Amino acid sequence: MYAYDEIDRTLVNERVSEFRDQVQRRLSGELTEDEFKMLRLQNGVYLQLHAYMFRVAIPYGTLASNQLRALAHVARKYDRGYGHFTTRQNIQFNWIKLSDLPDALADLAEVGIHAMQTSGNNMRNVTSDQWAGVAPGEIEDPRIWSELIRQHTTLHPEFSFLPRKFKIAITASDHDRAAIKVHDIGLRLIKNEKGETGFEVLVGGGLGRTPFIGKTIKHFVHGRDLLSYIEAILRVYNQYGRRDNIYKARIKILVHELGIEKFSREVEEEWQHLRNSSLQIDDEVIEDIRSRFIYPAYEKLPHMPDELRQAAADPDFEAWRKNSVAPHKNPGYSIVTISLKPIGAPPGDATAEQMDALADLADKYSFGELRVGHEQNLALPHVAKRDLPALWKALDKLGLATPNVNLITDIIACPGLDYCSLANARSIPIAQELTRRFANHELANLIGRLHINISGCINACGHHHVGHIGILGVEKNGEEIYQITIGGRADESAALGNLIGPGVKFDEVADVVEDIVEAYLALRERPEELFVDTVKRLGVEPFKERVYATR
Amino acid sequence: MTSPLQQKIKIAGPSIVTANRTWDGIVVYRTAGKGWSAELADAAIVRNSDEAKALLAEAVADDVGAIGPYIAPVQLGDDGKIEPGNLREQIRKAGVTIELPAQG
Repeated sequence: MYAYDEIDRTLVNERVSEFRDQVQRRLSGELTEDEFKMLRLQNGVYLQLHAYMFRVAIPYGTLASNQLRALAHVARKYDRGYGHFTTRQNIQFNWIKLSDLPDALADLAEVGIHAMQTSGNNMRNVTSDQWAGVAPGEIEDPRIWSELIRQHTTLHPEFSFLPRKFKIAITASDHDRAAIKVHDIGLRLIKNEKGETGFEVLVGGGLGRTPFIGKTIKHFVHGRDLLSYIEAILRVYNQYGRRDNIYKARIKILVHELGIEKFSREVEEEWQHLRNSSLQIDDEVIEDIRSRFIYPAYEKLPHMPDELRQAAADPDFEAWRKNSVAPHKNPGYSIVTISLKPIGAPPGDATAEQMDALADLADKYSFGELRVGHEQNLALPHVAKRDLPALWKALDKLGLATPNVNLITDIIACPGLDYCSLANARSIPIAQELTRRFANHELANLIGRLHINISGCINACGHHHVGHIGILGVEKNGEEIYQITIGGRADESAALGNLIGPGVKFDEVADVVEDIVEAYLALRERPEELFVDTVKRLGVEPFKERVYATR
Repeated sequence: MTSPLQQKIKIAGPSIVTANRTWDGIVVYRTAGKGWSAELADAAIVRNSDEAKALLAEAVADDVGAIGPYIAPVQLGDDGKIEPGNLREQIRKAGVTIELPAQG
C-alpha cells in the first residue's frame, strides 16, 4: 500500500471544499451549467441517462480494505447499493445526486481517495498491472513510477486543458496486464546494460472511433528522465493536437498524421530543453516514494501446504484454483483473482455487501490489500497458500467464486445503453446472455482462454477492438445492431480484431458467438491452441463462412 | 459545442422536450405549464419545428431547473397516452433493462 503524506491529504481535502462551494453555487443558479460542466467533469461527475454518474479513481489499481469499505459506504448511503468497476481501474456509481456529491467526496477523502481527473481533458488515472509488486519475474514495482507521474500531473496547469483526455499505463512484466499498447502513452519498465531502471516509451495507442496500436517512440528513457520525456510528449501534443474536432483530438491521430518519425523528432527537440531542468528526478525522490509503499511482512511458508494438498481432492476447489490463483513472487503465497463476472450478472458490478465482505477477507487473508484490474475483476495480492481453501469457501458464500477468470464468460463490457448517454446499444444484456450460454464450466474450460469485449458505442469503453471476440453495438434505423470482430488482443502482442461480416441483431449475437466458438473447436490444431492463435493462423474467413452460411 | 438553440430543428412527428433535473439528475419532461415533471404523461407535445423550438428555448432558459434539454420523439396512442419514440427514451423512462441488486 502507498501511504499518503500531509501534502496529499491537504490537496484532497481542499479539493472537496472547493467542489462543495462549486456545487452550492450551481444549485443556487450562480453558476450556469456551461460554467459548471468542466468543474464537475474535473471531479469525475458525468451526466448519464438516468442520473449523474460519479467516477472514483483507484490509482494503479491498489486499494486498501478501509478504502473499499468507504466505497461500499458511498454505494449504500448515496447510491443504490452497488458500484461498477471499469476498464481503467476506476469505480463508478450510477445514481448519485449532485447535492450529495460533496458529502460523498468528503467521506472518500477521509480514506485518501478522490475523483480528481477521472474525466475531462486532462491526465487521467495512471493505471498499472494489478499484480504489480507481487508478480514473479517483475523487474521492479511499476507503481512507484505510476505514483511519481500521478504526483507530477495531478492538477498540473499545463495538463489540465489538453486537446483531449490523456491516459498512461505502466507495466514491468513481460506479460502485459496493463494494456499499455492501447494507451496514449504506454511505459514498459526495463533495465539497461548497466542495470539502471528506464522505460521503453510507446505513444499514440488508443481505441475508440479510430483505433491504433501504440508505437515505440524511444527504446530507453532513463528513470531520472521519465518526467521530462513525458512532459516533452505532452508539450508537442498540446501544441499540435487538434482542438477543432473532438474526433481528431487524441494524440493517436497526431502521431498518425505526423508519422512517428516526425513526431519523435519534435519530442526529442522539446526534450533537449527539458531534460536537464528541475524535471530531472533525484534518486531521493524515488526512494521517498518507494519508502511509502508498504509491503507485507511475509512469513516463510511452504510452497505446498497440507491444506492445499487436501483441498485438491475437491473438483470445485480445483476448478476455481486453476483459473483464479496465480503464482506470487513469494512461493508460500498466491495472487487470487476475484471474478466479478457471475453467470447472468452485469460484468464488473459489486454490491456494497460484497465490498464490505471483501474488505474483511482482505484483512484476514491479504494484509488488508486489494487490487483492481482493467478486466473488471478484483484481486487479493498476498494470500498464503494454506489459506486458499478457506478463502475459496468464503468467496463462494458471497457469490464471488465463479471459476471463470480468463474464460469465455469473463466478459469485459461497458455500461452501454442501459446507463450511458453516449451509447447506441445495450452491452450488459448481451454479456448476461453470453454467460448463460457458456455457463457450463466443462465447456468453458474446453474452449480455454477467450476474451470477449463488448462496447455499446464506437467510443469503445469495453475495448471491443482488442477482444479475442469483440462486439460493438451500433444503432441502425432505430434498431440495435452488433458488429463482431475476431482476433484482437490487449497484451504484449496487442492487435486489433477484424470484422467478420455484416452486423447482427440483438437476439442473434449469442448464436453468432456460439457459431464462432464451434468453428474454433473444430478448427484448432490441438486443445492448447488458443482461439486467438487459431484466428491468427487461419484468418477470419472460416469463421465468417460458419457464421453467415445459414444467415 | 453548439447550443441546442443554434442547431436546426426538424421533427418528424409528435415530440417532447426532456432533460435531467439539476439537483439529482433524474429524467424530467417539460410541461405545458412551463415546469418540469418526472412523468412522461405530463409532457407538453409539440408537432412542428416552430413549436419544438419554442419549447426547447423555454427549457434551455431554465438552467437551474434542469440540464441538457433536447427534443425527443414520442408516439401517441389512440387514447392520447404518450409513449417514448425510441429505445433510448424507453430506457430513460422505464429504467435499465437489467435487474439491479436488491438494496440492503
